[in-house]
Amino acid sequence: MSMDFESQILELQKKVGKLEKGTKDQLSMVVFSGDLDKILAAMIIATGAVAYDMQVKLFFTFWATAALRDPKKKVSGKSFMGKMFGMMLPKGKNKLKLSKMNMAGMGAAMIKGLMKKKNVASLDELFKVAGELGVVINICEMSMDLMGFKREEMIDYPNLNVCGVATFLADASESKVQLFI
Amino acid sequence: MTTEELKTITANQIVDARGTACPGPLLAAKKAIGEIESGEVMEILSSDEGTKHDIPRWCEKMEHEFLGIVEEDSYTRLFLKKA
Repeated sequence: MSMDFESQILELQKKVGKLEKGTKDQLSMVVFSGDLDKILAAMIIATGAVAYDMQVKLFFTFWATAALRDPKKKVSGKSFMGKMFGMMLPKGKNKLKLSKMNMAGMGAAMIKGLMKKKNVASLDELFKVAGELGVVINICEMSMDLMGFKREEMIDYPNLNVCGVATFLADASESKVQLFI
Repeated sequence: MTTEELKTITANQIVDARGTACPGPLLAAKKAIGEIESGEVMEILSSDEGTKHDIPRWCEKMEHEFLGIVEEDSYTRLFLKKA
């Protein structure tokens, strides 16, 4: 009888261990979109999650990688396609357009004006706060490769890493909350 | 707690988050809570509407005791006791 109990307890301990591993107080978010409103939403949620004492790991991929460019940094040695992408895609978070009603840039300017009026933090401020609070930003290596972006042209950010989808999946499978913007 | 009771409290820590919008007040609260002891009272001043719902939920999650609100003219005073 006691052997049965013991092995049952061991089984249960193993199961609980597994369950605990899969539900870390962590938010894992894919940021795929490169639009101003979507990246704003992502950063507000990310910084909000930190207020809930959650660890936050963001995975910037595709169009969102353009938002991480630092307009002050110049990079040479790009291929022709890389130079084309570099010119066509927004140079950093202050050049993003709205996903709807952009109206050739007027929409984006209006939203920024409204945000300032209502004291909503700007994207620059949100990134700064996120960096100070330990939000991790992982950039998709494949996206960077495809669009010809180099690590050196990205913003200075305390927790910035270049990695692949496996990193995101590993993080996501441990997180309580997983999102895709 | 009733509004009258709340008005008599002198908080151990006052966080003035007026003029900031979500998630500003929440982040200010999180930062300030680390500076007081368990059982002490914190008062948050906010002019943001959403904060009235955010802070009670935050208290629930972080297991602090939400004591109540006092409405002033242009802002809200939120009281909580640290777990």
